[in-house]
Amino acid sequence: MNVQAWTFTLVAISFALYIGVAVWSRANTTRDFYVAGKGVHPLSNGMATAADWMSAASFISMAGLIAFLGYDGSVYLMGWTGGYVLLALLLAPYLRKFGRYTVPDFVGERYYSKTARVVAVVCAIFISFTYVAGQMRGVGIVFSRFLEVPIEWGVAIGMAIVFFYAVLGGMKGITYTQVAQYCVLIFAYMVPAIFLSILITGNPVPQLGLGGADLVSGEYLLDRLDGLHEQLGFAAYTDGSKSTLDVFAITAALMVGTAGLPHVIIRFYTVPRVRDARISAGWALLFIAILYTTAPAVAVFARTNLLNTVSEQPYEAVPEWFTTWENTDLIAYEDHNGDGLIQFVGPDAIDDSGQPVENELTIDRDIMVLANPEIAGLPAWVVGLVAAGGLAAALSTAAGLLLVVSSAISHDLLKGVFRPGISERGELVWARISAAFAVVLAGYLGINPPGFVAQVVAFAFGLAAASFFPAIILGIFSRRMNREGAIAGMISGIVFTAAYIIYFNYVNPAANTADNWFLGISPEGIGFVGMLINFVVAGIVSRSSAAPPEEVGRLVESIRVPKGSGPAHEVSA
Amino acid sequence: MTTPPSVRPGYWTANLRYLAILLTIWFLVSFGCGILFADALNGFRIPGTGFKAGFWFAQQGAIYAFLVLIFIYVRLMNRLDREYGVEEE
Repeated sequence: MNVQAWTFTLVAISFALYIGVAVWSRANTTRDFYVAGKGVHPLSNGMATAADWMSAASFISMAGLIAFLGYDGSVYLMGWTGGYVLLALLLAPYLRKFGRYTVPDFVGERYYSKTARVVAVVCAIFISFTYVAGQMRGVGIVFSRFLEVPIEWGVAIGMAIVFFYAVLGGMKGITYTQVAQYCVLIFAYMVPAIFLSILITGNPVPQLGLGGADLVSGEYLLDRLDGLHEQLGFAAYTDGSKSTLDVFAITAALMVGTAGLPHVIIRFYTVPRVRDARISAGWALLFIAILYTTAPAVAVFARTNLLNTVSEQPYEAVPEWFTTWENTDLIAYEDHNGDGLIQFVGPDAIDDSGQPVENELTIDRDIMVLANPEIAGLPAWVVGLVAAGGLAAALSTAAGLLLVVSSAISHDLLKGVFRPGISERGELVWARISAAFAVVLAGYLGINPPGFVAQVVAFAFGLAAASFFPAIILGIFSRRMNREGAIAGMISGIVFTAAYIIYFNYVNPAANTADNWFLGISPEGIGFVGMLINFVVAGIVSRSSAAPPEEVGRLVESIRVPKGSGPAHEVSA
Repeated sequence: MTTPPSVRPGYWTANLRYLAILLTIWFLVSFGCGILFADALNGFRIPGTGFKAGFWFAQQGAIYAFLVLIFIYVRLMNRLDREYGVEEE
């Protein structure tokens, strides 16, 4: 079978699996729909959280980003895993004890205010939509590259699948499909990584192969790559070129943003007990770490392979994959000096006579994972597997985000603000309607992406870091924190972060350089500063206004102690 | 909301002490070894491998440490819950 036949078969099998799981686990009550009946085993929840969290960006783009950024790529590795320590230690157990269904539930009740709840709903919907549009786009791209269907059709097929299990199954359906999707995506990621590790270093464990010696030269792989980089005028792979403060701020913003993302937090409402919420954050990080510690190895293997395969090679003799990806505009070659050879060089490259050399090859970073099996000459079924894995990653994240949007509309806005007397059955109907509406809107955004989808991911993290994280932390750890402080903090954090990002990306993109940044912190890392502003403003405002009412003090006391959670916490409307 | 169960004083303080210790380690392995002292650590190698120490912390070590920290926290808290009789049935 050729690559396309394999891809088609593996994708079809994986989709049939998801649909089967969804039919088996459909939701009957709002409790099933929002939090899977709070009966998910912590291990399954860990797996579901891992699939929920790892999006098309983690699966397809991250290793490529690291391959091009070297040490600087560490911000993603530490930033997107370190947040789980914050989640496990500072958020998950207390939010689980609080019970209820959504993040705005907590903000609204802890700060005894409908305004705070509405601010939280708006943040949750905005964060989730920006994210989900990117996932749908990812689905479309995988379809169009591997199965040669137009992007629109790819998005439509993806929508149909998500529609089926998110609308029918709610959180319950999503949870168990995510468990299946985790298995597909991790298998699809590890198989090529293990193959590559054996081919290049002889060690089947990629994490060890990364620190091992290259089979051909006997030199340590990382030293060899640093040497190649120096020779070709790139910055050394294991050193960074970003400023230390910027690396610090971006890592912090991503960590704190992770801990503040509503679709991740909501997963910890689904387990039966507080102690399950704690351990389930550990399982989630374990399942995530398998991919995240492999990614830097894949990055180095891919980078080395790429440099060896194309650098100074005659363009006439390039391998077949090169031409295939050229046709999709993801690789572009322009022979500036007319020698027929490919010069793939960095900004500092000079030739033997000391003259600067111009780079002739442009490569889309996403190729590093998608084309890796072809570059290394792995069998056709591995290529198909990578496509199925990319789809699993994108669909599982999309479904989790759509559930946040649906519950924000039906539970937080409709039941919480506009129609508090709505019946259980009526709310479930509305939950399904809003999920359906969200899927269609997400699909529309996937087909007609607003020009800013790519940058907007940084925006979503910055926003979560600057708004939810401080409000939740203060709500648990400070009894004195009140409505005025929390609202003022959230609003100042968001406004500062949003203004900074919008200014440098849209108002004055020409000024988006390190010299003009505040303390040299890029828009990607500014959420960290926004978070600090939120904490400071909330502290000052709360000290100069009335203390929260006594019930809130009792609520805070109660969430700090595990005893008394569980089914006793039904929603009292 | 159920009324909070009466808990012997000391439970929350003990919890905060665990958090302070674990989060200090969390900060040191990632922001410390992986970022602030990465250049200095890159002068050393992880024995028997090609990893420069700072680079290893940033791309591998910090993640392993995060995992260990969470599992230690779970153990400590489960023990603390039992000591103070606030564990769930």
